[in-house]
Amino acid sequence: MKTGIVGYGTAFPRMRIKVEEIARVWGKEGSRIAAGLGIREKAVAALDEDSATFAVESARIALESSRIDPSKIGAVFVGSESKPYAVKPTASIVADAVAASPVTTAADFEFACKAGTTAIQTCMGMVGAGMIEYGLAIGSDTAQGKPSDALEYSAGSGGASYIIGKESESIAIIEDTFSYTTDTPDFWRRQHAEFPEHAGRFTAEPAYFKHVVNATKGLLEKTGSKAADFDYAVFHQPNGKFPPRAAKILGVPEERIKQGLITPFIGNTYSASAMIGLASVLDVAAEGQKILVTSYGSGAGSDSFSITVTGNISKPGRRQAQSVFAQIEAERAYVDYATYAKHRRKIKSL
Amino acid sequence: MHNLLPLIWRNITERYRLLGVHCQICGKDYFPQRRICPVCRRKGKFVPKQMPHEGKIVSFSLVHSAPSGFELEAPYFLALIELSNGVRLLSQLVDSPAQKVAIGVPVKMVFRKIFEDGPEGAIAYGYKFKVVSGEGKKPAGKKNPRKMAAVNS
Repeated sequence: MKTGIVGYGTAFPRMRIKVEEIARVWGKEGSRIAAGLGIREKAVAALDEDSATFAVESARIALESSRIDPSKIGAVFVGSESKPYAVKPTASIVADAVAASPVTTAADFEFACKAGTTAIQTCMGMVGAGMIEYGLAIGSDTAQGKPSDALEYSAGSGGASYIIGKESESIAIIEDTFSYTTDTPDFWRRQHAEFPEHAGRFTAEPAYFKHVVNATKGLLEKTGSKAADFDYAVFHQPNGKFPPRAAKILGVPEERIKQGLITPFIGNTYSASAMIGLASVLDVAAEGQKILVTSYGSGAGSDSFSITVTGNISKPGRRQAQSVFAQIEAERAYVDYATYAKHRRKIKSL
Repeated sequence: MHNLLPLIWRNITERYRLLGVHCQICGKDYFPQRRICPVCRRKGKFVPKQMPHEGKIVSFSLVHSAPSGFELEAPYFLALIELSNGVRLLSQLVDSPAQKVAIGVPVKMVFRKIFEDGPEGAIAYGYKFKVVSGEGKKPAGKKNPRKMAAVNS
């Protein structure tokens, strides 16, 4: 049985810090870094926000757009690498907050930036097998970057939720999925370490590009389609430069990735990154249009999806009430580095 | 860590979802949940009821001297909020610039972290509210110049 997206929602913080402001503190040339990364600014979680709050906020929006009874959600999976608790599920917090509990299964997933899309695949399997009626798959992160490290310019915060259900109720059918995974240690955070480490340029060719390209090629081969068949493409976006390069390698025209390229405005939201990009495409896509989505998680792996939009998307209230770009534009409060350091608890005496 | 777990856990349905009670005899809604209807007394019959997530500000105050655990968030707004079903509750306001906070402005519920029981203890999550529009009537009286100091959260 085919499955699809019944509802979706995104949430990210109101606070922003410009790349230039971070660069000012570390004595770097902000405009060059911003141009080099293709990132203008990033979203900053406040003291009272974390990956659980973005998961709940986005899940509530997804429930609104799905128009389903939350008690029918049989599985809640939250993908994150910035869990509020090292041991204790975020998924149970979400399940209770959206009234999906108690008759549901729940778990947290971790696979760097792709745990959320793996949660989607798991829900597809469970719905497709008839085990559950609906599954809630979430990617949510408050990404960490060591002060002055290259990651600090891009590590953003946000969450995206997808309710996976039967094909007939879906606003977009997930036609197929393909994954590509190898042991590639390009980025990690050891037990009890506060910030992640990364392997610099090694994160590009043998890591991001190898997995994104191979997963996408595998999907195209499996489905007998070409990259040019898709109206939109969304790739994981650790910065604003990698997705256009991946698109070029795969033969996707650059204008087809524009709608789903969100990192330049809110930074890399890790597990939510490709999922917010897909949400932005669903905000505007029309019936019959095809969407290619490929996530990437360091460590390393990619999940690729072939999605076709259905007529349900044009029914009232089936898209999220405020589009991703409307959310980006609507509520912004720019902060300086000191305020950012306070809210992200980078001042050690806090 | 002060072992605040009972305090956190017992209030989860109220704090996470705004789950109140409805008296089937007099028809009144209550939040937080009550055990006995103050109108019908022992004849009252309560059933759980979801409170609306939208309301408006009835009154507000800017907190500068925050209680223990909230110091880093000061200054912040505390507001008396009337939900769309008439039920009133007290809540912290977030993501609401000082110039938008006024009596009568519409607000909506958001899910936030309320406090932590120390760095190793449980985390309490729950409702806070945010202003959804800049419209509304400013309260009469002198403007509080310190109000402008509130920047975020």
